[in-house]
Amino acid sequence: MVAAELVAEQPPLEPVRAHEARRVWRSLTADWLGRTGLALFAGVIILAVAGPLFFPFASSTTGSSSNAVLQAPSGQHWLGTDELGRDLFREFLSGAHISLLVGLAATAISMVLGAGLGIASGYYGGWIDNLLMRVTDFFLVLPQLPLVIALAAFFGQNISIIILVIGMTGWPTTARIVRSQTLSLRSRQFITRVRSLGASDLRILRVHILPNVLPLIFANTVLVIGGAVLAEATISFLGLGDPVQVSWGTMLHFAFESGAIGREDWWYFMPPGLGIVLVVLAFTLIGHCVDQALNPRLRSSR
Amino acid sequence: MIRLRYLARKLLWLLVTLFVIVTFNFLLFHVLPGNPVRMLTRSGHLTQATANAISELYGLNHPLPVQYLIYLKDLLHGNLGMSYTYREPVTTVLGQYLGNTVLLLAAATVLTIVAGTVAGVIAARRRAGAYDSATVTASVIGWALPTFWTGLILAFVLGVWVHAFPIFGMETPNAVYASPFQRVEDVIAHLFLPTVTLVVVNIAQFVLVARASVIEVLAEDFMLTATAKGLPPGRVLWRHAVRNALLPVVTSSALLVGMVVGGAIEVETVFSWPGMGLLVYNSVLNRDYPVIEASFLVFAVTVLLVNFISDLLYQVLDPRVREA
Repeated sequence: MVAAELVAEQPPLEPVRAHEARRVWRSLTADWLGRTGLALFAGVIILAVAGPLFFPFASSTTGSSSNAVLQAPSGQHWLGTDELGRDLFREFLSGAHISLLVGLAATAISMVLGAGLGIASGYYGGWIDNLLMRVTDFFLVLPQLPLVIALAAFFGQNISIIILVIGMTGWPTTARIVRSQTLSLRSRQFITRVRSLGASDLRILRVHILPNVLPLIFANTVLVIGGAVLAEATISFLGLGDPVQVSWGTMLHFAFESGAIGREDWWYFMPPGLGIVLVVLAFTLIGHCVDQALNPRLRSSR
Repeated sequence: MIRLRYLARKLLWLLVTLFVIVTFNFLLFHVLPGNPVRMLTRSGHLTQATANAISELYGLNHPLPVQYLIYLKDLLHGNLGMSYTYREPVTTVLGQYLGNTVLLLAAATVLTIVAGTVAGVIAARRRAGAYDSATVTASVIGWALPTFWTGLILAFVLGVWVHAFPIFGMETPNAVYASPFQRVEDVIAHLFLPTVTLVVVNIAQFVLVARASVIEVLAEDFMLTATAKGLPPGRVLWRHAVRNALLPVVTSSALLVGMVVGGAIEVETVFSWPGMGLLVYNSVLNRDYPVIEASFLVFAVTVLLVNFISDLLYQVLDPRVREA
């Protein structure tokens, strides 16, 4: 009897996952928004991962002080060189790495914080919920950019600190979304049932709540990545980026500070900016489609 | 019109939040890595006597709770410390820049709200048409555009390439104006590109909110009643639908101010507009911590107050919320 109930306690995970994956794929391929997102995403991945492999020449000519400074694009330097004689094409490729790395890592922090606080708040309710939601409101109302600037200025220009700062300011919306989903899950019958069977809070959270909010968290993750990439670009442009790990934002900082706008060196400031726009666009479009497919609130309204 | 209990609760929440922000600010400056003595003396060796003197100068020899009380007292007296770079009280420095930012923020916010609402209403009326889908596409692209890069591109195209607008500062340097009007004209020309940048980046989200809100109201029964009464379509749309749809617009206006405040830092940096944003940028480059700290306080308090006002406005505008 006990064994039978333990089996019954397990929600049918596998079919649900497969079903949801199919739904996400359908949503992504259904209209041109999703297809554009996928295409851009593929382009970004190729650029960031395969780029350095396919263009090994770039690294060999980089940073050598023998390079002429502020060159226009040529056969040797596809995007010209910067004010220190660095090859801008190679900078652009490695900048993609840093921008994506910071965006993804910061999002991971935001998601752990947002999901953790959201689940705790929604599941335990009472004063915990009250306290956590006041904290969330506080962070929601703070203007993110000034906060990030203040934190980055105080903690220093280090890539891990930038990741931490962006991650720690990007979680409130996620916490709100996850909380409301957890609240609605908690009041479902199957939770009451497993609780009456003697399941501990930890087990309920791990086996029943988490798997059910995971799709929502996933959808939100994709949407948050775009914002994190933008945040990184902005603080790097403002001169708070890691000077060693040059991202697209840092490139634009150097371009602006060296007067590329006035010199009309479009090859200096166009590619990094376009890169940011395309990356953010890719994640936003995909995130929108995934959200449509997995967010119960959006799904029911369609 | 506003229930006192509600007002009292909101006011209490506002005060608590303000207090937390102030405390956070204090901790940032006094507790976190690199206390002022170490920050000021990062280069070169320092005798213990000098270090002590600096400690005393900044009141760092007191225990932390005492420092906190002194900080609160100074704040209440409007004393935000001395700027490292300008060698002036921070409040004096802020005062020189605040007005210019208010001008830029006001221009950008008003333009975004008015143009965004009108565009949203039109999109809602022509739902599912080419104009409508163009609006949605533009909003996605607008969200993906970094504010500072949009500014750079506009500066490049309209400033450097076409030479249509100035891209540096607030007035033409060394200009001699024949009349005050000419000066106003000059400032407006300088204001143009920073404002347009902020509008371009922020308007799309606003259009979406207005559009969704109007679409929702258009589906209500009273819209059918209004049409059935024989009211002209324009009157039905603008007087009956839009007025009711404006409530979410009020809320997103408050959010907009939060975004524009952040955007102002980027735009002022790009166009050297002499406001708080440029001040923050320069202070970051110079590591002028008292100014950074005070600027953050001003930005945070501004956004907080705007949200507070929008909450109250919502109460005044929507009788349903009032009664609920």
